[in-house]
Amino acid sequence: MKFSKKSRAEAGIPTASMPDIIFMLLIFFMVSTVFKEFRGIPIRLPAARQIEKLPGKRNVAYIWADDKDRVSIDDKFVEIQEISRLMYDKCNDDIAPLRIVSMKIDERANMGHISKIHEELREAGGAALNVNYSTKTASK
Amino acid sequence: MMVDKKKKRESEIPTSSLADIAFLMLIFFLVTTTIDVDKGIGLVLPPKGETKEVSKKNITNLLVNADGKVMIDEQIVDIPVIKGLVQRKIAENPKIIFSVKTDASTKYRYYVQVLDQLKQAKATRISIAEPEQ
Repeated sequence: MKFSKKSRAEAGIPTASMPDIIFMLLIFFMVSTVFKEFRGIPIRLPAARQIEKLPGKRNVAYIWADDKDRVSIDDKFVEIQEISRLMYDKCNDDIAPLRIVSMKIDERANMGHISKIHEELREAGGAALNVNYSTKTASK
Repeated sequence: MMVDKKKKRESEIPTSSLADIAFLMLIFFLVTTTIDVDKGIGLVLPPKGETKEVSKKNITNLLVNADGKVMIDEQIVDIPVIKGLVQRKIAENPKIIFSVKTDASTKYRYYVQVLDQLKQAKATRISIAEPEQ
C-alpha cells in the first residue's frame, strides 16, 4: 500500500501589518513618556556615590532651595513657614497623594536654612517625611 | 518627422522595507532616549515631637563645622575616612546610631558628603541633629 503524499502547505507569517504594530508601539512610547514639566531655580547639585533612584516622577514634590535662602515649590517662591501647609495639602490630595519629597538644594546652601525646611516637613508629617536629597552621580 | 511616444513605465514605491525602516527608527530612539531619572540620597525624617532616649554608648556624634571639618569621637577626620570608621563601629555594635550635627553655616555640600559616607558604609540608623544657631 502506498501513502499518498500530502501536498506541501505554504507556511508564511504575514508581515503586512508589521509596520502598523511598530507605529502603534512608537505612538505608545511617545504618549506615555513624561518629560519634566517645570524647572525650579538655578542651583548646583552636590555629588554623591551611594544614591538611589526616585520611584518615578509622579506624586513627587520638589522643593528647590538655593544658597540665597530662597525656596521654590511648583515654580513659585514661597516663604519657609508656608512649606508645612503646602506639603500637608499635597499629602491629603485625593487624586495624587504625595509619596516622596525631592529636595533640590544648592551645594552652597547653609545648613541653618535647610534645617528650617526639615522642621517644616516634620510639621507636615506623613509622606512628607520621606525625603530624597537630589544629587549628581559623583565621578569615581 | 514623428517623435515616438515613450512607453509608459511602471512606477511603484517598494514598501516591503518600510517595516525595517520603522523598526530601525524605533530601536534608535529607544536606545538614545535617556529618561532623566531623579536620583539622590533617601532619608526618612522623624515626625514632630517624637523623641527617644538613647544611651550614650549607642550613639556616635558626627560634628560637621562650617569649614567642612568632621569630628568623630573627639577626633578630626577627613570626609573619605568616615566610611571605614563607620563600618568598624557597626561591626562592633550593630545598634549604633550616627547623629550628624552641623553648624548653621555649614555648607549643604559637606552634609551630603557625610551622609553619602554613612550610606556607603551601609549605616541605617542615622539621626539628623538640629544645627546650633
